[in-house]
Amino acid sequence: MATNTRIILICSGKGGVGKTTLTANLGIALAKQGVSTAVLDADFGLRNLDLLLGLENRIIYTAQEVLEESCRLEQALVKHKQEPNLALLPAGNPRMLDWLKPEDMQRIVSLLSEQFDYVLIDCPAGVEDGFKNAVSASKEAIVVTNPEISAVRDADRVIGLLNANGIKPTQLVLNRVRPKMIASQEMLSVEDVTDILALPLLGLVLEDEQVIVSTNRGEPLTLSGGTSPAARCYTNIARRLQGEDIPMIDPSKEGPGIRDKFKRLMQTKIF
Amino acid sequence: MTLRDILNKLLRRQEASANTARERLQLVLAHDRTDLSPDLLDQMRREILEVVAKYVEIDIEEGAVSLETEDRMTALVANLPIRRDTSGAIKTKKPIEQPIEEQEISS
Repeated sequence: MATNTRIILICSGKGGVGKTTLTANLGIALAKQGVSTAVLDADFGLRNLDLLLGLENRIIYTAQEVLEESCRLEQALVKHKQEPNLALLPAGNPRMLDWLKPEDMQRIVSLLSEQFDYVLIDCPAGVEDGFKNAVSASKEAIVVTNPEISAVRDADRVIGLLNANGIKPTQLVLNRVRPKMIASQEMLSVEDVTDILALPLLGLVLEDEQVIVSTNRGEPLTLSGGTSPAARCYTNIARRLQGEDIPMIDPSKEGPGIRDKFKRLMQTKIF
Repeated sequence: MTLRDILNKLLRRQEASANTARERLQLVLAHDRTDLSPDLLDQMRREILEVVAKYVEIDIEEGAVSLETEDRMTALVANLPIRRDTSGAIKTKKPIEQPIEEQEISS
């Protein structure tokens, strides 16, 4: 049994901030670095991880059948064709929510940790049972948030719950950062969010239209090793998880045109 | 104060919204983290003032009790201006800052 398996919960509180996109991209990026990685869709009510990975047509069994012991774990795992180091354990029927207990979640994760170096758990939004079940099976956590007031507030609530459950370390990923809006002081800055939430920053992800293109295709940005802003950010996050020391992207240095230079002049503190 | 702030003041434009977001967040989080409603906080404020008023004369109207948060530590901060001590000597009305209790909020 691989005892050093890293079991990482990817959660946010608020929905739609980018948990599933981060899970898919991190999974692929880690697999590309040669570590065996399982991604577990714990969002049984509204599953989407299969779609983002482009694996929706290859699902035969799910976590549900594994728990009911009507199939073996190997039969339910969907291996990614281009990145065979990555496997998805799909979420079962939404009716699973009626009977799923923390012990069930722990059983699935312990089965996965026998085979994989990393288990990434895509957590459902909210702080109710689905979240609690997922937390009970996790060792560490990545909290995803956006530089928006509601997302930060919900992230704070989740961080409190993770602390209370002894999840360590808990790190922050700030998603959908728009350098231009930060420059004109119409968006919370990276420092604002890290100060308020008091979490170590694992990475930030720049706003990038390519994310939508990649989800349309079911090919995460990290798959093709692309150089779009978000692809670089996701790959950096995976490398930091692996212990590499990768400097953080400075949003104020992204796309420095004459307008941005003027904006920076405008926010120079003069007294 | 930045160049932009001055320009905004001169043109009477609205302040950039990131500041507003930060201030609103800090306020709402201080309350979220303690589960204390404004009503309860006010009741606590009055009771704290009553206790302190037994020993020193304080300005009940001026006294403020608030929650301040830094680095996930939430502190209850009472700001109680003293008029004079019980022996009758008039004290300066300089406010004293007195953290009454500091505890980490973990839920």
